[in-house]
Amino acid sequence: MTEISVKVDGVTYADQVEPRLLLVHYLRETVGKTGTPIGCDTSNCGACTVLMDGVSVKSCSVLAVQADGAEITTIEGLAVNGTGLHPLQQAFHAEHALQCGYCTPGMILAAADLLRDNPRPTDEEIRDGLEGNLCRCTGYENIVRAVRRAAHAGGVRP
Amino acid sequence: MTETIAAPAAELGRARRRKEDARLITGQTNWTDNISLPGTLHLAFVRSPHAHARIMGVDLSGALDMPGVVAAFSGADLADEQGSMPCAWPVTPDIVIPNHPPMAVDEVRYVGEIVACVITRDRYTAADAVDAVDVDYDPLPPVLDIRTALDEDAPRVHQTGNKCYDFALANGDLDAAFRDAPVVIERNYRQQRLIPCPMEPRAVVATCVGDEFTIWSATQVPHIVRVMMALTTGIPEQNIRVVAPDVGGGFGSKLQFYREEVLAVLLTRRLRRPVKWTESRSEGNMSQHHGRDQWQRVRLAADADGRIRGLSVDVLADMGGYLMLLTPGIPLFGAFMFPAIYKMDAYSFKCTGVFSTKMPTDAYRGAGRPEATYGIERIMNELAAELGMDPLELRERNWIKHEEFPYTTIAGLTYDSGNYEAATAKAKELFGYDELLREQAERSSRGDKVRLGIGISTFTEMCGLAPSRVVGSLSLASGGWEHASIRMLPTGKVEVVTGSSPHGQGHETAWSQIVADQLGVPFEDIRVLHGDTQVAPRGLDTYGSRSLSVGGMALVHACDRVIDKARVIASALLEAPPDELEFSHGVFRSRSGTGASKSIQEIALEAFTGHNLPDGVEPSLDADAAYDPENFSFQHGTHLCATEVDTETGFVKIRSYVAVDDVGVVVNPLIVEGQVHGGLAQGIAQALYEEGVYDDAGNLITATLADYLVPSAADLPSYVTERTESPSSNRLGVKGVGEAGTIASTPAVVNSIVDALRPLGVRDITMPCTPERVWRAIEAARSNGGSA
Repeated sequence: MTEISVKVDGVTYADQVEPRLLLVHYLRETVGKTGTPIGCDTSNCGACTVLMDGVSVKSCSVLAVQADGAEITTIEGLAVNGTGLHPLQQAFHAEHALQCGYCTPGMILAAADLLRDNPRPTDEEIRDGLEGNLCRCTGYENIVRAVRRAAHAGGVRP
Repeated sequence: MTETIAAPAAELGRARRRKEDARLITGQTNWTDNISLPGTLHLAFVRSPHAHARIMGVDLSGALDMPGVVAAFSGADLADEQGSMPCAWPVTPDIVIPNHPPMAVDEVRYVGEIVACVITRDRYTAADAVDAVDVDYDPLPPVLDIRTALDEDAPRVHQTGNKCYDFALANGDLDAAFRDAPVVIERNYRQQRLIPCPMEPRAVVATCVGDEFTIWSATQVPHIVRVMMALTTGIPEQNIRVVAPDVGGGFGSKLQFYREEVLAVLLTRRLRRPVKWTESRSEGNMSQHHGRDQWQRVRLAADADGRIRGLSVDVLADMGGYLMLLTPGIPLFGAFMFPAIYKMDAYSFKCTGVFSTKMPTDAYRGAGRPEATYGIERIMNELAAELGMDPLELRERNWIKHEEFPYTTIAGLTYDSGNYEAATAKAKELFGYDELLREQAERSSRGDKVRLGIGISTFTEMCGLAPSRVVGSLSLASGGWEHASIRMLPTGKVEVVTGSSPHGQGHETAWSQIVADQLGVPFEDIRVLHGDTQVAPRGLDTYGSRSLSVGGMALVHACDRVIDKARVIASALLEAPPDELEFSHGVFRSRSGTGASKSIQEIALEAFTGHNLPDGVEPSLDADAAYDPENFSFQHGTHLCATEVDTETGFVKIRSYVAVDDVGVVVNPLIVEGQVHGGLAQGIAQALYEEGVYDDAGNLITATLADYLVPSAADLPSYVTERTESPSSNRLGVKGVGEAGTIASTPAVVNSIVDALRPLGVRDITMPCTPERVWRAIEAARSNGGSA
């Protein structure tokens, strides 16, 4: 067992973990952040995307021990102080960019990272930028619209 | 009589943002895998690495010796109690339904079949313990190609042989239609195997307290799971509660009663602890039912002017190793859908279901209708090419004209409404059909290496499953009705209970809109409850584009009854006879003009207190209704797809896609558009990207999302969607929409690619149309003498 300290959505946690424990399982089962789901086992789907020190990572492809000392933002901590909604959350709602919602946390966090890199992406840049996140419900049309809308609303943050 | 203004449909047609979203966009979700009860044990399965093998022995000791392993069982250990998985659709009297134990006992018949299980304290130990189980197999020859599986010397999947059933439907004089027909064409089409891949993997949590069992499952069909669980395990139905919490998509794959659900229940009964199982994606790709997988031979006879005389269809359908809930019935939707929107003199449909050593097939978005639509819409383009006609003109010559509805098709369905002319005219305009034809001719004449293709699909589908008597006549062991309850609460708020079980469709929003209009109460005052057999005890769940046209109509009927009862109470309170009261916008008023009024929300309080109820009127204001539709609903549309096909690389780019759909009256255009988008993505994915592939030994080589190509945003085009509206014959005028895009788009895309390459001599490309396959089709046509 290895001791790690991770700040998740503004709260610091210290835990003994198995070296092989995946960050996503640490978040879901140790910390209780079940808002971050798991969609595959080959890091293709992106459902488990979180921000690690502000950069999007697929938390199924990061070991919990690698997150030692890092600051993680999940979908549950994206809105400031847990109140209100992040512009991307608002835009996903306004554009009907989700149906079952399973890919949504990862899609929103990947989009947040995309807009940080490129605050005014073209539609093609949005599609390319979200290539690592799969959605089976929406056909992506409204996801592209939502990211475009958030960009115009100044969605860059955190 | 006082003049009344017809109540405007305040909510119907309004693009309400969804009530569901607030939780889903903030991670406040309740997926089955999130549920963790105190003392939960983790269940994991040992699955067969062989397509076909005899089980010679299962050694569990390696697992049982590990710390944290609570128990481990083989199929033989549970043989006396596990029963056989049910098939609810014995399509013919002599169908072969093999024994199908939840955990294999003697023999395995596909890679991924469960042979043993381990139950451990945590998830990681479970994975280790699975690896420590040693199973001794004696391999048997696999059966992987159903085209040769019926040969006399073919290895047998089951002792009874490889044929499951023969089904036939015919109408009209087919021989006469084909005899002396000026044009007869025959084509063979392949419907490749698909893997549904909802984003949420399956998961089950089962627990028992005393003799009461609760099962949380990532399912589309909690009510069906409850009945099937009782029938399979012998647990009395009244002791079983099934909950479908947040469910992350299904697309038919969760319209199933799974082995894993049964085993979780049997193990919680044995161990008296909560048992939880969550699949990995690669486990799911192997063991969630697959879709499609047919070989079709389609023959069409026509007059020289393009009028269709007869259609003959022979289908070979891959059942896989066993029959699951609806496996044999899925291809038979095609029996009714091959004639599509066309008139003809004679029709024959034959289907043979064949066993193989692969994962069983069952419903995947569209379920039998995409397969049929693909066959007919592809061969219509071939006929047009044969005749040198514009393929849209050929379709128009044969389709049912808008003034001919209701129309009974050669397959025996009565289409209640439709307007193919209107949908096609709108699609042509949005698409720029004539301009694209001109560009195509110009580029073709100058030998452009990138060819422009124009693809057409004028489709319809039978949806809104289904009239109970009709499905009964087709041997389905269930009805097709839906149930709703409306409960007016003392504070005037409304609880709506639906037997439909959403998993992304937006029922909480759309149902609120319907009830808000019917009862005249605010949208915000309505709460929709679903997906728990204890909360919504009656229902037949969500699949087959049925929720709105069946479940939505149940709401209307329940609202009628609430209003009828409220009218009696209002009559007493307003001192006016019931038939003198008008009800509009949620308020009862006397037509005689006293001006007095009572809102239905006020009456709800009166019904609660019971202080002033008339004699014989029971307290409380609620009502139930079960609605059994009189007919299917027939959504239709015209889809046009333009592709750019690079003849040097085989790469296909969708340049534009126009979908004009007639889904009848629309409750929420935002939700309808979203359903069309998602459907298009899955249909385009079948055309271009996805295929479930087994190798020569029967290993699934597309078990991960690295190998099975669910498209990303970068792989798909933007869509232009529009609607026309011919109301259906139900009171709301609504039809289904969930499967429309998937059914329509696959032939539109492939027709477009073949159209681009037809001048080179290409007549077909086997899906998915990958660059390699497109390139090979071009090369093959060239070597056969097609002009380059």
